[in-house]
Amino acid sequence: MSQLTDLTIAAARDGLAQGEFSARDLTESHLAAMEAARSLNAFVTETPERALEMAQASDARRTKGEARPLDGIPLAIKDLYCTEGVLTTAGSHILEGFRPPYESTVTSQLWRDGAVMLGKTNMDEFAMGSANVTSHFGPVESPWRRKGDNRTLVPGGSSGGSAAAVAARIALGATGTDTGGSIRQPASFTGIVGLKPTYGRCSRWGIVAFASSLDQAGPMTRTVRDSALMLCSMAGHDPKDSTSVDRPVPDYEAALTGDIRGLRIGIPAEYRMDGMPEEIEALWRQGEEWLTAAGAECVPISLAHTKYALAAYYIVAPAEASSNLARYDGVRYGLRLPGDSIDAMYEATRGEGFGAEVRRRVMIGTYVLSAGYYDAYYLKAQKVRSLILRDFTDAFEDVDVILAPTAPSAAFAIGEKEDDPIAMYLNDVFTVPASMAGLPGISVPAGLSGEGLPLGLQLVGRPFDEETVLRAAGVLEEAAGFDARPPALPGA
Amino acid sequence: MALDREAIAHIAKLARIRVPEAELDALAGELSTIISWVEQLDEVDTDAVEPMTSVVAQRLKQRPDKVTDGGYPEKILANAPDSVAAYFAVPKVME
Repeated sequence: MSQLTDLTIAAARDGLAQGEFSARDLTESHLAAMEAARSLNAFVTETPERALEMAQASDARRTKGEARPLDGIPLAIKDLYCTEGVLTTAGSHILEGFRPPYESTVTSQLWRDGAVMLGKTNMDEFAMGSANVTSHFGPVESPWRRKGDNRTLVPGGSSGGSAAAVAARIALGATGTDTGGSIRQPASFTGIVGLKPTYGRCSRWGIVAFASSLDQAGPMTRTVRDSALMLCSMAGHDPKDSTSVDRPVPDYEAALTGDIRGLRIGIPAEYRMDGMPEEIEALWRQGEEWLTAAGAECVPISLAHTKYALAAYYIVAPAEASSNLARYDGVRYGLRLPGDSIDAMYEATRGEGFGAEVRRRVMIGTYVLSAGYYDAYYLKAQKVRSLILRDFTDAFEDVDVILAPTAPSAAFAIGEKEDDPIAMYLNDVFTVPASMAGLPGISVPAGLSGEGLPLGLQLVGRPFDEETVLRAAGVLEEAAGFDARPPALPGA
Repeated sequence: MALDREAIAHIAKLARIRVPEAELDALAGELSTIISWVEQLDEVDTDAVEPMTSVVAQRLKQRPDKVTDGGYPEKILANAPDSVAAYFAVPKVME
């Protein structure tokens, strides 16, 4: 039974095709794993009945010879994706009880291609966080532990439930969303692969909005190939999202040729930050050596405005969030607290419904957009953003892909960094620049820290060149040969 | 820029978020720290730089201006905290 939960998506696809097991077997194994791992708090909502129905339908299709690309593959869905008739909370008290009357485009494409939904994963409230500690439904626990230290660690965030579910062998893959690093950073913390596609590659329709010029859906899996497979189903133009691009979806799996001879890899000098742990620098150099040994050429590049990306992000993202979250007013869905006037009702509802981090960001956003401050903050940040994009555009004249660490540290314990918002924001220092420029980025598990925790390396590519990113990531993955397993696998 | 408790109360009002009196000072401290930190952007010379308006270079697609969806008020109202007939209900707005 436990063996089925250890498969990759690609291996499960092949096993299903050869009749070694049924979609029902595969789904039942994962539902049992989900139940055994409830202590991780990775799910806000489990949907076992729906999963079994979908698995049965999948088996029926296969019997008729009508199997689809992801037929029978059990996936976990971040609770930011609207799922028709299934509770969707975005990790917030203010959306408690909300059952969307529609399905997000990305999830509908996964179901179109035969995938099975196991449930909705826990996350930082409205995707605002880097440790999955801001969820109204409590923190997610990572299945990882430091050597000789039994303290509970964070899985990273905001897609922390998705990351924990994939790392703990509860799901073969999961959807995440990435606004400033919310796919890549938790992937790095939990030893899995996380891919943020180019802005516009996947439709945002039906995904609860945080910062609309940054939000992007992407896969979280245990291998690079599995991320390629999921992206094939998730990507594509959607008339309901005008920022989704109308260009063909390549066969991303076919991009994994393993051949990176002649590829030029940029090593950005500005990512060598003061205070970065030596073991992360060492892993980064190791990554260079692996890619060089495979025939690529690593060259130094400069991304001069890197140090300003995080500050610009913490103007742009809260500004967009303050606007997007204006819709939670207690009128059409979710929580409502009574008030004598409509304003009193709004204020009571939003005061009660938003957690501390969301309140902080909505207020920062409100302030930087308010009369008299717009030019000084928001406009300034959007100008700096242009400079960040220009740095990348110039670099990609010379190189094909950029290699950097994913995060400046390994996972930390629940409770650490919680008193200082800026210390928490620094988790995303290496992921935010690519987000600001809309570029595709992937985190690949590349090694273990001295404490025995996973560390990821990140590859960033040209807009819509996920194929090169995946190809290089596949080589990195093979060279790293990461096969460590979380020591705290529940039920193991 | 340092934000005082009056400024925080004003921002809370603009954002329509009730903040308990007792939390105003702590929040003023937190938001001031964040605002001072983002002000490091002042070091960057942006005089000749256009603000980013579009993340990915593409032309916005056009479509016919036609109604393609709708006609199911009961579905739309299913999540409403309060509704009357086919309408959302809110506290009295006019006297």
